[in-house]
Amino acid sequence: MGILEVKDVGKRFGGLQALGDVNLSVKEQTCHAIIGPNGAGKSTLLNCLVGKLIPDTGSVMFDGSSVLGRSPHEINQMGISRVFQTPEIFGDLTVMENMMIPLFAKRDGAYRLHAIESVDSEKSLIEQAHQMLEEVNMIDKRDMHAASMSRGDKRRLEMAMCLVQNPKLLLLDEPTAGMARADTNNTIDLLKEIKEKRDITIAIIEHDMHVVFSLADRITVLAQGTPLVEDTPENIKGHPKVQEAYLGETQQV
Amino acid sequence: MDAIILQILNGLDKGSAYALIALGLTLIFGTLGVVNFAHGALFMIGAFCAVTLNKLLTLSHVVIDETKTDFLGNPLKVQVPYVNDIFGEAAGAAIIDWSVPLAIFFAIPVMIAIGVIMERGLIKHFYKRPHADQILVTFGLAIVLQEIIKYFYGANPIPTPAPDAFKGSFDFGAAIGFDANTIIYPYWRLVYFGFASLIIGAVFAFLQFTTFGMVVRAGMADRETVGLLGINIDKRFTIMFGLAAAVAGLAGVMYTPINSPNYHMGMDFLVLSFVVVVVGGMGSLPGAVLAGFLLGILESFASMREVIDIIPGINQVIIYLVAVIILLTRPRGLMGRKGVMED
Amino acid sequence: MFGLEKKDANLLLFVAALAIFAPFILNPFPEGSAMAQFNAGYPDLMQRFAIFGIFAIGFNILFGLTGYLSFGHAAFLGVGSYAAVWMFKLLSMNVIPAIILAVIISGLFALVIGYVSLRRSGIYFSILTLAFAQMCFALAYSVLTPITGGETGLQLALDDPRILGVSQTPEGNIPVPGLFGLEMRESFEMAVGPWVFTFNIGYYFCAIIMLLSFYLAIRIFRSPFGMMLRAIKSNQQRLNYTGLNPRPYTLAAFVISGMYAGLAGGLMASMDPLAGAERMQWTASGEVVLMTILGGVGTLIGPVLGAGLLKYMENILSKINKGVLEGWFSFMPDGMSDTFVFLTNLFVGKQWHITTGVIFMLVIIFLPGGLVELGKRISGMFRKKDDDNTKSAKAEPAE
Repeated sequence: MGILEVKDVGKRFGGLQALGDVNLSVKEQTCHAIIGPNGAGKSTLLNCLVGKLIPDTGSVMFDGSSVLGRSPHEINQMGISRVFQTPEIFGDLTVMENMMIPLFAKRDGAYRLHAIESVDSEKSLIEQAHQMLEEVNMIDKRDMHAASMSRGDKRRLEMAMCLVQNPKLLLLDEPTAGMARADTNNTIDLLKEIKEKRDITIAIIEHDMHVVFSLADRITVLAQGTPLVEDTPENIKGHPKVQEAYLGETQQV
Repeated sequence: MDAIILQILNGLDKGSAYALIALGLTLIFGTLGVVNFAHGALFMIGAFCAVTLNKLLTLSHVVIDETKTDFLGNPLKVQVPYVNDIFGEAAGAAIIDWSVPLAIFFAIPVMIAIGVIMERGLIKHFYKRPHADQILVTFGLAIVLQEIIKYFYGANPIPTPAPDAFKGSFDFGAAIGFDANTIIYPYWRLVYFGFASLIIGAVFAFLQFTTFGMVVRAGMADRETVGLLGINIDKRFTIMFGLAAAVAGLAGVMYTPINSPNYHMGMDFLVLSFVVVVVGGMGSLPGAVLAGFLLGILESFASMREVIDIIPGINQVIIYLVAVIILLTRPRGLMGRKGVMED
Repeated sequence: MFGLEKKDANLLLFVAALAIFAPFILNPFPEGSAMAQFNAGYPDLMQRFAIFGIFAIGFNILFGLTGYLSFGHAAFLGVGSYAAVWMFKLLSMNVIPAIILAVIISGLFALVIGYVSLRRSGIYFSILTLAFAQMCFALAYSVLTPITGGETGLQLALDDPRILGVSQTPEGNIPVPGLFGLEMRESFEMAVGPWVFTFNIGYYFCAIIMLLSFYLAIRIFRSPFGMMLRAIKSNQQRLNYTGLNPRPYTLAAFVISGMYAGLAGGLMASMDPLAGAERMQWTASGEVVLMTILGGVGTLIGPVLGAGLLKYMENILSKINKGVLEGWFSFMPDGMSDTFVFLTNLFVGKQWHITTGVIFMLVIIFLPGGLVELGKRISGMFRKKDDDNTKSAKAEPAE
C-alpha cells in the first residue's frame, strides 16, 4: 500500500475524456514523477488529488482515508501541500507573514478566531519560520514584500511555505517551469536535500526530463488520460512506448 | 384573467426602463469590462434633457392682450412663448405639446457627447483598475452629476406631460373581448413600451448586422484576441460607451411623462438595474432585456392587493429577493456566460 | 503599552489626544469673528465625528483587510439605532443597555446577511449586500412600521413603559438618555478671552467608545486573524491550499464590522433618541465607503481621519451660502465677482455633495491610499530633501 492510492479515476469535460481509469500508487518516502505530453491529463489528475476537481469515477485514498468530496483546505489539513505552476503566494504580505500563515494553519486548523493576541507574540512559530527561511536561504528577505521578489525567489518562498507545514505528501506542479538553468539546478538541489532530510513523499509533474531523472524514484507516463507505463527511471528511459508518446515533443533525455 | 393581463401590462413600462438601462450597463460591462455606477445618472440626465427642452420651448415674453381684461378690468397680460412668434400660434402650441418626443432629437447628441467625454476623460483610465475602483469612481461621478442637476433644477419632481394625443387611457380589455373598463392602460405607456422595443431591436440589429457590431461582439467574447488582430478596439469602445449613454438617455426622455423626473431617479433606477443585470447574467445582452421585463412584471404582480394581503411588503422587496435567490442558486444569472466576473 | 507595539501605541495616544482636545482643536477661531463659522467644536458635530469614526473603523476591518466591498453597511447602523431606541422605550434611558442591545442585534443581522452574501465575491458580493440593505430599508419604511415608526421614524413617547426608569419626568417630559445620572446632552462652556470651548458629556462618552473601538481595531489588525484577512485579499487560492477555510474568517470580519456599525447606530440614538429608515438607505452605505477611502483604506488611522474630514466638510461647506460668497468676492469688479460667486456656489451650501463627490473621484484616481498616502508622500518628499542635504553636507568636507 502506498501513501497515495489512485484507483480507476476518470474525469470527463463535456465530450472530452480527460482522464480514463487512472491507477497510481505512490509509495511512502519516494519521489514519484508523472510525465507525459501536453494534454495528457497531468494537471487534471493533480487537481483531482487536491480537491479542486472531483473525479467522475474511481477513488483517491491518502494515508488510509478518501480525499474525494473534501475541499482543498481539508485535504491540506490531511497532510498534502501543493506547489503551483506559477508561484501562488500572498503578494501583499511580507515574506515572514507568508511563512506564518501556513504555520498557523498547521497549529490551529482550518479556522480559529484569534483576533486579540498579536502575531509577534507567537515566539515558537516565528522561530520555526526563521529556521525554514534559513534553510531556503531567504532569511535576509524576511521583511520584503513578497510580490516584489523575483520569480525564482517566489518559487522558493512557495516551496518553503509548503515545507514548513511538514506535509506527508508534497505535490509539485512543474516547479521549474520558466526557470533559468541555474535556478532549475538550485531547485533540484533543494528538493534533493528535502528528500534526504525529511520523511516526505513527493509527487511531481514535470516537463523537464533533467529534473525528472535527477529526482524521481518511480515514473508514471501518462498519455491521453491513461497511464502508459510505470517503472524506474532507468527502465523508462529506453522504453519504446514512451518514445512513441513523446514523438514530436521536445525532450532532454 | 383580466387582472393578470393588467399586471403584465403594468409591469411593461417599468420593465422597459429596467431593460434599457440594463442593456446599456451590460454593453459597457461586456465591451469595456467596466462596472458603471453612473449609468443611472445618464438615465436621469436623459429625463432632464426632456425637461430642458420643455423649458426652452416654453420660454415666453409678455404680451398685452387688449381684447380681454382681467378681473380688475385692466388689459390682460398674456405669456406668449417665443416659438409661437417663430412658427405661428398653432404650430408653436403643437411643438410645445410634443416637446417630450421632440426631446429625443435633442437628447441623442447631448447623451452621445456626455458618454464620449465620460469615457475619454474618466472611464478610459479605469480599464485596468479593479472593479471595486470602477464602482467607486463612477459612484462618485453619479453623486456629482445628480447634485449638479439638483442645483439647476431643484429637488422637486418636474411634471413633463406627454402630448395631448396620448393623454388618456386605452381600454385594452374591451379591445380583446373582456368587459369594458377592466383593463385600462394609459396610451403613453404603450408608446413607451413600443419605443423601448424599437430601441432594443435597433441595438441588437446594430450588433448583429454591422461590421462594427460584429467587432464589438467579438470584443465582448474575447477582448484580447480582437486586440491582437490589430483592430482599434479603443475607438470602438468609446463609440460603444456613447451609444450606451444614448440608450439610457432616451429611456429617460420618454419616461418623463410616466413619472415626473427628479434628481435622484437615476440612483433609484440604477440599484434596480444592477440587480436586473445580475439576474439576467453579467455580460449577457438578451439576459439583461429578459430579466428587465421579467422583474418589471414580477414587481407589478407583487403590488397586487391580493398578494400584499398574503405577504405584506412583498412589493417593496420582490426584486431584491429574486436577485438573492438567483445569485445563490444560479450564480451566473439566467443567461450568463461562464467565466464572466467569477473572481 | 496595552500590549501594543510602540508605533501602534503612539498612534493610539495621538488619536486619544485628538479626541480629548477636540473641543479646543476644532474651535480655533474666537467667537463672533468672521472665521467663527469654520469652528466645528460644537457637541452635535463632535459627536458625529466620533460616531462615524467608529462606523468607518469597523467598515475598514471588512473592506480594508479582506477587500470585500459592502454596499449595505448602513443597514446595520439603522438596525442598531432602532434597537437602542427600543431599549429606551422599554427598559430605561441608560445608554449602556441600549448600546449593548444595538451591538447584539446588528451582529445577528450581520451574521445572517453575511452568511448569504459571502457565498459570492467581487461585484456579486457588493450587489448582494446592497440588495439586503435595500430590503431592510424598504421594509422599515413600510410593513415594519409598528417596529420602526415608518416614515416618521421611531420616537420616544410619554407613555413608554421604561420598566427600569420612569415613563415621564416629574415635569411631564420625556426623560433624556444618560449614563447613571449623567445626561448625554449636558455641556459646560469655558470662555478663554474671546474663545468659547464647549465640553459635552455625550461627546466624551462617544469619544471614549471610539477610542476603545480604535484600540480593538489595532489589536485585530496585528492579530493572526487580521493577517488571515489580509491573506484573503491577497490570494484566496493559496489560503485554501494552505489548509485554511476563508469563509469563517470573512464572515467573522463581516459580523465584527456589522457590530461596529450597530454600535455607531446605538450611539447615534443615544445622543438623539430617535431612529429613521433613511439611515439605512444605500446612499448612507456609500457615505461610509467614501469616508474609509478618503482617509486611507486598509490603514488604521485612515477611517478616523476620513470620517472627520467628511463630516467637517458637510457641516462647514453646507453653512457657506451665497451671501457669504458675495462677501468674499466683493473686492472684485461686479461681473467678475458674480461669476466667481456662481462657480463657487456650485460647491458649497446645499450642493456640498458635489465637492465631496469631486474630491472622492480625485482621491480614487490619483491617490488610492487616501489621506494617509498623501501624508506619506509629503513626508517622503521632505525626507528625500533631508537625505540630499545630508549627502551634500557629507560630500563637502571631502572636497
